[in-house]
Amino acid sequence: MLIAVLSGFILAAASPWLARSVGDRAGWLLAALPAALFVYFLGFLPTVNESGAQVIHYPWIPDLDVNFSFLVDGLSLLFALLISGIGTFIIIYAGGYLHGHPHLPRFYAIMFAFMASMLGLVLSNNLITLFVFWELTSVTSYLLMGFNHEDKNARWCALQGLLVTVAGGLALMAGLIMIGVAAGSFELHEILADDDVLREHPWYVGMLILVLIGSFAKSAQVPLHFWLPNAMVAPTPVSAFLHSATMVKAGVYLLARFNPGLGGTDAWLYTLGIVGALTMFTGSFMALRSTGIKAVLAYTTVMALGTLVMLIGIGTEGAIIAAMAFLLAHALYKASLFMLAGALDHETGTKDILKMGGLRQLMPITFLASCVAALSLAGLPPLFGFIAKELMFEATVGAPGLAFFTTVLAVVSAMMVAGMAAVFAIRPFTGKLKETPKKPHEAPPSMLAGPVVLATLGLLFGLMGFIPASGIVQSAVGAVYGSPIEVELYLWHGINLPLMLSILAIAGGVALFLRWEQVLDFYRERLGFIDRFGAERGYEKWYDGVVWLAEWQTRVLQSGYLRTYLTITVLTTVVLTGWTFFGHTNSAVTLGSMDMHFYEVAIAGVVVVGAIAASVTSSRIGAAATLGMVGFGVAMIYVLFSAPDLGITQIMIETLTVILLVLVLFRLPGFLNLSKPADRVRDAAVAFSLGTLMTVLILAVNGVTVTDPISLQLAEWSYTEAQGRNIVNVILVDFRALDTLGELFVIGLAAVGVYAMIRLRAEDKQR
Amino acid sequence: MGSVMAVVVGALFAASVYMMLRRSIVKLVIGLILLSNAANLLIFTVSGLTRGAPPLIPEGMTVPPGGAWADPLPQALILTAIVIGFGVLAFAVVLIHRAYEVVGEDDMDQMRSTDS
Repeated sequence: MLIAVLSGFILAAASPWLARSVGDRAGWLLAALPAALFVYFLGFLPTVNESGAQVIHYPWIPDLDVNFSFLVDGLSLLFALLISGIGTFIIIYAGGYLHGHPHLPRFYAIMFAFMASMLGLVLSNNLITLFVFWELTSVTSYLLMGFNHEDKNARWCALQGLLVTVAGGLALMAGLIMIGVAAGSFELHEILADDDVLREHPWYVGMLILVLIGSFAKSAQVPLHFWLPNAMVAPTPVSAFLHSATMVKAGVYLLARFNPGLGGTDAWLYTLGIVGALTMFTGSFMALRSTGIKAVLAYTTVMALGTLVMLIGIGTEGAIIAAMAFLLAHALYKASLFMLAGALDHETGTKDILKMGGLRQLMPITFLASCVAALSLAGLPPLFGFIAKELMFEATVGAPGLAFFTTVLAVVSAMMVAGMAAVFAIRPFTGKLKETPKKPHEAPPSMLAGPVVLATLGLLFGLMGFIPASGIVQSAVGAVYGSPIEVELYLWHGINLPLMLSILAIAGGVALFLRWEQVLDFYRERLGFIDRFGAERGYEKWYDGVVWLAEWQTRVLQSGYLRTYLTITVLTTVVLTGWTFFGHTNSAVTLGSMDMHFYEVAIAGVVVVGAIAASVTSSRIGAAATLGMVGFGVAMIYVLFSAPDLGITQIMIETLTVILLVLVLFRLPGFLNLSKPADRVRDAAVAFSLGTLMTVLILAVNGVTVTDPISLQLAEWSYTEAQGRNIVNVILVDFRALDTLGELFVIGLAAVGVYAMIRLRAEDKQR
Repeated sequence: MGSVMAVVVGALFAASVYMMLRRSIVKLVIGLILLSNAANLLIFTVSGLTRGAPPLIPEGMTVPPGGAWADPLPQALILTAIVIGFGVLAFAVVLIHRAYEVVGEDDMDQMRSTDS
């Protein structure tokens, strides 16, 4: 299983090379991996249908509860099959669509990385690895959306998608950690096994909100839906993959996954129900006014995501069955529709539906596949989409508390979607042949394989509902609902309310299709305000705000003044250390032993007086002299307190320092008083606070011995091992010889630097 | 004596920070010198002050005599620090001198551009 999930990453690394060496037909060859994965996942079906979920465990960082463990149940398997199955066709399709594109090898690499991330996401049993894969999908999909990176618009849209989904990802991370802590486990199967542990936890509302933000951002729910249509800048194979089975479904997957643990409450029902229904309506409402062939599909994806979220929110048995059936139906028809849209765009050179016409004779297979897939989108019998839509109406009619609201929005949305399905399937293919930028002809086999197979599956599943029902949907529903449910899918439910609603929706769709031109005019004339006040304007405001904030804080924090940095550093140290010391420890500050000699105190006094004098003097020679006082005083302290080597070194270095200062200081200008008296008082206060803190800390530390000093051992070895009687020397040249070597290197480097600067000066003067 | 030394170290830190907060670049150098002395004395003080018992091994013995001799390890660290401190100081002083020659300005507030 680990190899299956990670194989995509491995192939991602190898695929550019493979694609280059194989050439034109690389797509067919590379598609072997997802195809093999599809077969591999199919192999799990019988066991999962028989005996339920399986957990496959590989320890990674067990101490931190981070593991590669995989949960194979109906839900994850449904997603894994969609990802690998549709992925197979997408790779083949990309070979045709991007034929001759200079960056095609790169495209394969990102695509495989994305696919592997997606598989990891849906199969992960561990919350942390789930999150890692979640973020990997955001990053790889960013690369895919911005694939045409020389296009400014593509970069902007890709960044938009990245920012929205990653911002949601941050919220999700916090939510997942809260869930893990609350449930006492980071393994999904353990968290979900205990029914009420999350619902009855005091953090329930917090984690619900955070998880929902993450899911809604990823699955483009209102008001974060705007990034999804913009993601259309990606090449069509990417859009087809992102929209049908992957990326945007990740949020839906997460909600479905957590339904047994987080769902079932009023907060869950109303948030998901209302947001989902509004998203569904917004998506279809915006689809109706679009003329770009990919934009239409993008907005119907928003509609589908809203529907799924709404159904998961309703959460009744029927709603969950409807959600899983709709998920499957949508993946099948949306992937084929996108690939067909790409074929039309590829062969005609335009994306505008209004500019296409009469392609029926020239592209017969495309036409046929479009009709089948669009019928499924519109929800007409005998397609699988019809079953899903019937189930959806059934669920909304029975929704507790939201029945009227969701049913009305569902019917209205279904009308608009049916209208747009008709536009998609009929407009480009009928009427007079229109002049297009490219001379149209039928798309190559690589671009038709996917849509034809997937559209046929949609028809097959519709006619023989028991295949998907017993094959996968039942297990998936069981996993989402939390307990097994008997699922039967068939076309004819008898004459009931859902059928009436379906007929109403289709009638409305036909009417909208026939009067589409008037509808477009109406949108243009009356509803222009959407563009001015839509959610995307909000994003732009937010984006500008973030940039402004970044500039502001850079101006404040990176002022370029050393004293600002120093003041902030010193005050932070003083406040944090002081707060910890006085508020959180019970160390006593004692004055220590009062045992002192007169000459010791006198030397200490010399050092202090020297330091103060050096700080206030206004003469350069005075500064050099007082610094000498400090240095030699310190040397005396070393000598008095049993450190002869330090004393000798300090005297030597101090002499050199004074000479250096005298030599250089006098080439510099005299001291000026550059700062105002108020500034000086402020700086003195900052300095004084640090000095006081250091004094207090030393007093507190005095007399505290945590462990025996390691010097006892060093002293013992000094003569026996290293044959030296001066232990300090032995430590320097023997025990820590490498450190001393490093020190010599630093000194050498400083010397080279000094020499170089002096030489530079000499050359300047010669010139 | 530890308490007196604590005051000395505190005073050295205060003086060094005060000097580093000045605008004149020469005063920054003075601050650096004081800071390096302050840090060395800090390590020296907290490792315990011992009178008249340096970590030396007399002829004929294999460990220092008596019980309480000064801890040699902090001394070794400080010795390294003194020398490194001087290296940094020498470099800084020459660098500042060079900067003054090129910019013709001692005020750090005027040295805001990297090329001039």
